[in-house]
Amino acid sequence: MTKLTHINLCLGICLAFCSSVFAAESSIIVQSTTSTANSGLYDQLLPRFQRDTGITVHVVAVGTGQAIKNAKNCDGDVLLVHARAAEQKFVAEGYGVARHDVMYNDFVFVGPPADPAAIAGGHSALAALARIASTKSKFASRGDNSGTHKKEVALWKQAGIDPTSDSGGWYLETGSGMGATLNAAVGSGAYTMTDRATWISFKNRQDYQIVVEGDDKLFNQYGIILVNPQKCSNVKREPAQKFIDWVLSKKGQDAIAAYQLDGQQLFFPNGN
Amino acid sequence: MPLEVSALSYRTEHEFVLDGISVTIENPGITVVMGPNGAGKSLFLRLVHGLLAPSSGTVHWQGRNLDLALRRRQALVFQKPVLLRRSVAANIDFVLKPLGGDYRQRRDQILLEAGLMRQRYQPARLLSGGEQQRLALARALATDPGVLLLDEPCASIDSGTTLKIEQLLQQTRDRGVKIILITHDIGQARRLADDVIFMHNGRLLEYAAAHVFFNAPASESARDFLQGRIVL
Amino acid sequence: MQDFSASFGLAFSLIISADADLIEIIGLSLRVSISAVLLAALIGFPLGALTAVIRFPGRQALAVLLNALMGLPPVVVGLLVYMVISRAGPLGWMNLLYSPAAMIIAQTILVTPIVAALTRQVVEDMHKEYDEQFRSLCLPTHRVITALIWDSRYSLLTVSLAGFGRAIAEVGAVIIVGGNIDHLTRVMTTAIALETSKGDLALALALGIILLVLALSVNAAVYGLRASARRLSYA
Repeated sequence: MTKLTHINLCLGICLAFCSSVFAAESSIIVQSTTSTANSGLYDQLLPRFQRDTGITVHVVAVGTGQAIKNAKNCDGDVLLVHARAAEQKFVAEGYGVARHDVMYNDFVFVGPPADPAAIAGGHSALAALARIASTKSKFASRGDNSGTHKKEVALWKQAGIDPTSDSGGWYLETGSGMGATLNAAVGSGAYTMTDRATWISFKNRQDYQIVVEGDDKLFNQYGIILVNPQKCSNVKREPAQKFIDWVLSKKGQDAIAAYQLDGQQLFFPNGN
Repeated sequence: MPLEVSALSYRTEHEFVLDGISVTIENPGITVVMGPNGAGKSLFLRLVHGLLAPSSGTVHWQGRNLDLALRRRQALVFQKPVLLRRSVAANIDFVLKPLGGDYRQRRDQILLEAGLMRQRYQPARLLSGGEQQRLALARALATDPGVLLLDEPCASIDSGTTLKIEQLLQQTRDRGVKIILITHDIGQARRLADDVIFMHNGRLLEYAAAHVFFNAPASESARDFLQGRIVL
Repeated sequence: MQDFSASFGLAFSLIISADADLIEIIGLSLRVSISAVLLAALIGFPLGALTAVIRFPGRQALAVLLNALMGLPPVVVGLLVYMVISRAGPLGWMNLLYSPAAMIIAQTILVTPIVAALTRQVVEDMHKEYDEQFRSLCLPTHRVITALIWDSRYSLLTVSLAGFGRAIAEVGAVIIVGGNIDHLTRVMTTAIALETSKGDLALALALGIILLVLALSVNAAVYGLRASARRLSYA
């Protein structure tokens, strides 16, 4: 009995620690925004990339804000997020080598069929926000410093409205990921803003629909950055650069364009 | 093997439970401690064994203060045996293993003497009350003690086991082990005692050779006790 | 809400089909949580037994601390471990972040106070019973401790089970230090969190049902073991 326990214990510890060593072989970590992971895009890209190069990619899907923070702590080789200003700052501060456009899609507003703010069918994000605020219709915000949240905050600012003054009233800051925020919105009859890819791949839409889309202001650009090996000596420069090059290559860009869900294209490549 | 107890007292917050006991036991053999309930017999045994520290007074064995080396030469068998949650054999092994040597052979010999060989792989706590007490005694003897202390070992067991235990005790005495035995059973005391301590209400009333005590007890309490009257 | 019936059907078909991804996730969940419980036992049994047996200054304070740490929020543990093993942290060079080892460390920290605090209670009770006998035998402290631990082994199995329940069910710590990476650090709870965030509530609930079945089987196995031990009066 005692001997058996000891053997098990040793095995358990060994298994646990050995595997982390094996995982280090020709693999990279991508700190990513959730939309690209949850929409299934990586399931489309990564097997092809691995076939071409033999490199395994481990994706940590978190909000853009946390992804950038993790990358600053050197806990990743590549950053793939969607908040251009924050990305440029990341590079300017020396944490990243260079930023490249990868692809884009757009944000949409989704809401309940009852449409209490009467914004359905509109094409102006700012007008919609103004209606939501004036009617005090519920609006679920990420509130997590993610790319989507930063975009939303910028739009409120442009509309000249400070929704946080009624935070907890009609303005609900979930402080969670896009999926959790969508679940919260659908569950409480609130509007919310989401990237289109997440929305199309989201399964718990119930009777929710897109109410506002097509505004240039709702453009959503994704960027890719190599974490600076001079700041983070652990960065696996060669395989990480290979991944970036591949994503920006014709092969990678075509794979992005070819990814569809429910007959809709989710991301539009615009890397050079 | 002289045990020298002088002015031994044990006091709780409110009262003396043991009051000024002084006695010197020089005889080998079996010393039986008797007395009505609440006399302080168990407490006396624990103080002599060093399980409790006295409020005042001293306990000397062989002219020395009770130290670890002395205590290791003693074994105590409790009224209610405390057996490990293991097999019969493992209960003996528990005290034998640290002594080194071929403990298995010695254990089997001990179990044979205690009449527990057949049950050696059984869980100790599933033994009958008598078997449990025999095992507790066997375990105490396994430590090869110079002094064996027993606190009413036959309080609630059948006469067959009592006989077996008494035989074991007599064999042990004959090997030269000093035995101090608390018992309620006057018959048992008569069968085993070489000398007798009689206690009452936390005091030592008599210490005498067995034939003296049983034929002519000095105190009235002891006389009442021996005649089966209730002693207050 | 047709999700409920859909979930049960889905859970059943997932189990029947022995989906390779699912088996991998279940395997990792068990490996991480069982390793964490074994490590926690290695630390918590002696620690709990020591606080039960030995009188030392601050013993009460340690007992209170252990009890309080039982309620440690997993996300806080995850965060602490992340800050230590992140490459920017003091142990960053060990390259542990986003590995099963990191998850085991986090869960060990989470579970050890539970194991230690419950062990203290179990051993304290048994110590009351054995104390005089052990003192009569003049046992050295280390033998008292090991004997008490061994004799309360079946109760300690239940103690470990409480720790295992906490480990296998927590998501807050493993998602931070493991990163929920597919085929590397994805376990049942992080998979459930992921499917919930994808809005696939039926699949999330199905995974939850499987997790429950898993926990039930482990509990039933230990319960059976304990019951037979009790028949032998060993428990």
